[in-house]
Amino acid sequence: MAHADPKAAAHPLLQEVKPAVLPRAVLVENDRSFSWITEKICGIIEGKTPTWWWVCFILACFVASFTVAGITYLVATGVGVWGHANPVNWAWDIVNFVFWIGIGHAGTLISAILCLLRQKWRTSINRAAEAMTIFAVVCAAIFPVFHVGRVWFAWYLFPIPNSNAIWQNFRSPLEWDVFAVSTYGTVSVLFWYVGLIPDLAVLRDRFFAAGNKVRATLYGLFAMGWRGSNRHWSNYEMAYLILAGISTPLVLSVHTIVSFDFAVSLLPGWHTTIFPPYFVAGAIFSGFGMVLTLMLPLRAVYGLQDLITQYHIDCMCKITLATGTIVGYAYGMEFFIAWYGANPYEGFAFVNRAFGHYAWAYWIMISCNVITPQFFWFKAVRENTALVWILSIFVNVGMWFERFVIIVTSLARDFLPSSWGYYSPSIVEIFTFFGTFGVFSVLFLLFIRFLPVMPMAELKAVTPQADVHGGHDKH
Amino acid sequence: MSAQPYGLIATFKTAPALYHAAEAVRDAGYRHWDCITPFPVHGLDKAMGLRRSIVPRISLVGGITGFCTGMSLIWWTGAVDYKLIVGGKPLFSPMFAFPVSYELTILFTAFATIIGMFVLNGLPMHYHPVLKYDQIRRGMDDTFFIVIEARDPRFNAANTRALLAQAGGEAITELEP
Repeated sequence: MAHADPKAAAHPLLQEVKPAVLPRAVLVENDRSFSWITEKICGIIEGKTPTWWWVCFILACFVASFTVAGITYLVATGVGVWGHANPVNWAWDIVNFVFWIGIGHAGTLISAILCLLRQKWRTSINRAAEAMTIFAVVCAAIFPVFHVGRVWFAWYLFPIPNSNAIWQNFRSPLEWDVFAVSTYGTVSVLFWYVGLIPDLAVLRDRFFAAGNKVRATLYGLFAMGWRGSNRHWSNYEMAYLILAGISTPLVLSVHTIVSFDFAVSLLPGWHTTIFPPYFVAGAIFSGFGMVLTLMLPLRAVYGLQDLITQYHIDCMCKITLATGTIVGYAYGMEFFIAWYGANPYEGFAFVNRAFGHYAWAYWIMISCNVITPQFFWFKAVRENTALVWILSIFVNVGMWFERFVIIVTSLARDFLPSSWGYYSPSIVEIFTFFGTFGVFSVLFLLFIRFLPVMPMAELKAVTPQADVHGGHDKH
Repeated sequence: MSAQPYGLIATFKTAPALYHAAEAVRDAGYRHWDCITPFPVHGLDKAMGLRRSIVPRISLVGGITGFCTGMSLIWWTGAVDYKLIVGGKPLFSPMFAFPVSYELTILFTAFATIIGMFVLNGLPMHYHPVLKYDQIRRGMDDTFFIVIEARDPRFNAANTRALLAQAGGEAITELEP
């Protein structure tokens, strides 16, 4: 009544033409009830541990042991066991750091930016995507922390008074990065936890009713005594919205600051103003690649097709396509500016990228990042889940190579030809990086076993029966 | 001690039924009452007559504190406590102090928001009369409740029960304190 369409009043033509009402995509298919959602999500946790879970978990622990082995050897020996040497003093460690932190960004994008944009399709994937963010930040943090060499002094990164009475150099983008990444990790955990509280309360009550006092106590402890009070929901919703609001500039700033690590230097190939937006687009691109890689098997294994629908997959593919195309544009623009800027060093750095010693890496990057996403223009591709999954793997590979190309090619050919070198990773680096996939998988498997993989309360809120006005927005 | 109950709880099967009942309870002038819902029901704040949450004010205080902390930390450590020229750059400039201050703004806002939300909600509170109700588990699943507390000045066991029944409430039960 009060919300009469202002356009209709303003424009008599609109009253005559009566625009067609297009049906909105259904977010929960087959008209599922509230309790079906609860049973479905809680059933995953309450059911018997599936055999495949144990197989995957043991395999993931085995892979993770490579990181443990690599790091143990590094700490016992020294950072020289990595393949770094002048002039390539940053290599796989920073490549892997940027790779993992970029993967995390899709989680925050889904949970924060899409929340602000009121994209309700985010509800079914946001919990798992946020978990992915946190675990990716954990994997990312391993590399710079151990690259400092004497890891027991890693606390020097933070402004804690020390016996030398000296402080951190806040003029350095590396110090900015310490704050960006640690804030990002902390806020991601807080955001994730706040989202979990109502669902933990559901589990608390279910385990209590089932007579499992131990698990009821554990879930109850973290549920903080949540009782679904609307006076609480009111503050909760506001807090959630604010967290989404601050996570949005946060996620954009984190990869911007990561790109400052390069852009603030004077090295050809790094010293460019395009880096912040280019890095952010790349991060979202790689993150959505990883979300698809994780969610498609999860959907198949747990039969979540009614909650992660074809519409969700379509949306994710389209975002991958859009950001992948932005990344492709950035690659082209870098070359254009290198030519247009008429700086011979800059020009050399880019010609060297495409045709030098690391051309193989460059062309892997181009094929994976520029060509792969273009397949998502086609509906038939987006509807072929197996194909989408394979393409998402190519995106992950391509984005790792992007960071490798940016970091290593610029350093291997610096200003002095006498110091030029060729970098190859040592076995210790390979072990450490390979193992992080295990670390990530272990954490993710524990998450899907013990925590609700989808936000039940939010899913219920987007079903048609949650609408107090019976679906007609006449209020 | 006394047999005074905590209040009355009524069950509603659907979100629209709860919504209209909440409007009735609000219009009857009750103040100490609440709705128990498995998810945030859109528009229920208005139906209950709740005012806008004050969490944003707490967040703002957190954000300002974070920004000032960042700026003053960098200024004090670099330009006061231990002056050290690095790369010919100034001892302090808001330019290079900005990224860190920006991140601390967000960090402090996040903590203020969450702590503010918990304090305003009176959580953690692991014991509450509502949680003792044997059907409350459904309130986390697919059922809706309205609780009217006995401490409300308008509370009267018979009249309040009649109001809830008239509003469509089922299984109206007294809650133990």
